[in-house]
Amino acid sequence: MITPSVSARIPSGIEVPVAVTPQQCGDGPGAPGQYPFTRGIFPDGFRGRLWTVRQYSGFGTAEDTNQRYRFLLDQGQTGLSVALDLPTQCGYDPVDPMARPEVGKVGVSLSNLSEMEIVFDGIDLARTSTSFTINGTAAILLAMYVACADKRGIARDKLTGTIQNDILKEYVARGTWIWPVRPSMRLIADSILFANEVTPRFNPISIAGAHVRDAGCTAAEEMAYTLANGLAYVDELLRRGGEVERFAKRLSFFFYVHMDLFEEVAKFRAGRRLWARIMKERYGVEDPKAQMFRFGVVCGGSSLVAPQPYNNAVRVAVETLAAVLGGAQSIFTCAYDEPFQIPTEFSAELALRTQQIIAYESGAARTVDPLGGSYYVEWLTDRMEESIRAVMEEIDRYGGARKAIEDGWLQLRVARRALARKQQIDSGETPVVGLNCFTREDRTQAPGETFRLDPQASARVIEKYRAVRERRDNGAVERELARLQAAAAGDEENLMPYLVDCCHAYATVGEMVERLKREWGEFKEPIRL
Amino acid sequence: MSATAQPGLRGKRILLAKPGLDGHDVGAKVIALALRDAGADVIYTGLRKSPAYIAQAAVDEDVDALGLSILSGSHVELVAQTFDELAARGAGDMAVFVGGTIPAADREALEALGVKGVFNSDMRLADVVAQVARALA
Repeated sequence: MITPSVSARIPSGIEVPVAVTPQQCGDGPGAPGQYPFTRGIFPDGFRGRLWTVRQYSGFGTAEDTNQRYRFLLDQGQTGLSVALDLPTQCGYDPVDPMARPEVGKVGVSLSNLSEMEIVFDGIDLARTSTSFTINGTAAILLAMYVACADKRGIARDKLTGTIQNDILKEYVARGTWIWPVRPSMRLIADSILFANEVTPRFNPISIAGAHVRDAGCTAAEEMAYTLANGLAYVDELLRRGGEVERFAKRLSFFFYVHMDLFEEVAKFRAGRRLWARIMKERYGVEDPKAQMFRFGVVCGGSSLVAPQPYNNAVRVAVETLAAVLGGAQSIFTCAYDEPFQIPTEFSAELALRTQQIIAYESGAARTVDPLGGSYYVEWLTDRMEESIRAVMEEIDRYGGARKAIEDGWLQLRVARRALARKQQIDSGETPVVGLNCFTREDRTQAPGETFRLDPQASARVIEKYRAVRERRDNGAVERELARLQAAAAGDEENLMPYLVDCCHAYATVGEMVERLKREWGEFKEPIRL
Repeated sequence: MSATAQPGLRGKRILLAKPGLDGHDVGAKVIALALRDAGADVIYTGLRKSPAYIAQAAVDEDVDALGLSILSGSHVELVAQTFDELAARGAGDMAVFVGGTIPAADREALEALGVKGVFNSDMRLADVVAQVARALA
């Protein structure tokens, strides 16, 4: 055990003065709702509209998950966030040998449209904003959601929500890639261009730094890598003939919030301003809506630890406050038991209540950007912007985000940073209460309820999967899959309408992925240590 | 060799592997770097490998130990399958370690399968490295 001390440096490495003087601050942050949006994208902050309370959830069968969603919506949650199991995320059907041990584990299994119909049973898709954390198979899940709306008779342009659809960061962290970079980028452009036309209120991408942050990088690097990936998508969309003034309105972002409250607030303010500046200066974007940096966050992750787990609820509260003060558009709060299990209904509810307490009791939502004008926050926002720019310039010098990822350069950088972060915790340089200071030997066990997945869940998933394949029109499935594959062989066509047709015919995720693999092959992971 | 060197690990060959579909590889990479700093020869499979692939790689590379990193909750199934595959190749006595999000209640099940050490992200790297070194001594 160590004796902790208060460091002069924030985790991104910036040294902070004992007192920041007014002379150290720049020209001031401008007005809320106005370019470059340092103080937020809306002039009325959360007074006009609160952030979306969106708890990531899903496990076992579609029926189990539907029940948890109805519970969360009954408890005042305002949007859904679908956690999918790894087979669905990586494009394997539940019967595949690679998939079997993972069916229904970290999320719900959605192998085909019939499962999605069950997940959203009794939930009004025209009124509920739904987010899917899906990347490798994002285009397929968007197609399935559109098909699901079609089946229910809901107009496609009524759909709201987000698919993550950010493959570049999957190659760096999280790892649910399937195809090589080039066709994956094509499919992302296809889905964004399709969504802009067909589901114009739906965010077809959420460019995410969260996972790279959780994998080890600093807050400044998290923002820099994310903006760099964002620019790679903008360039791809432009190459495909997209209009930046249009598609940029539907680009959204996603981050982790860790424990240094002011670093996090400054990260969001700096990122928001930097994105607006790049959109305007580099791409000539004039419409403010297309300059706006809209983001969701997750509070918790690797900042939570297993010893003295109730402390995590306190950490999540601080992080939620940082997200609110940073002007987030949607927030997911991790449950205190996340370091060692899928949250129980009890811990999931406490995480939800944390947001509601901050929203309605703390007063943090009362006035827009309440920290604006603080000497420290304005100074730190400037310093963070400089740090973020410096990292982005390094990536540019290397040859851009795409090359840095294809070569494994970025992956190695993140791994080395993760090692350094771990060593700082081990040495006590970074204090973590209950883990390396103020520890108690008798409080290391996980307390409270334990979550147990229904051991029959995966068997039921497989049984339903087989039944769907029995009762669907297999001739029609084959025709749609063949059309999809033919379209994927060329470079010209948008694949989304083909995927929607496949979903309507109850083709499975694994079948669609397999056809595309035949044309595109698989990603070869660069392993550098 | 760095200050964290463990004489017992010098020249030992260790395979780190990611069985199943879980893509969280930061833990595996951090352990790989730490074991290498401690003097071991470390090989990392990369993501999404089947138990059969991993067992074959362990045999082909003639390693002294195998580390499996699993954060998806499928550790019991995947570790059992890996032991079966190792046994099928005459390597059932391989020193196997497991790291990841492992609930306390599952430790015993893993140890009963023959796992020599179960690690989580809260443990100090020096302790993980020392435990591996002791097991290979």
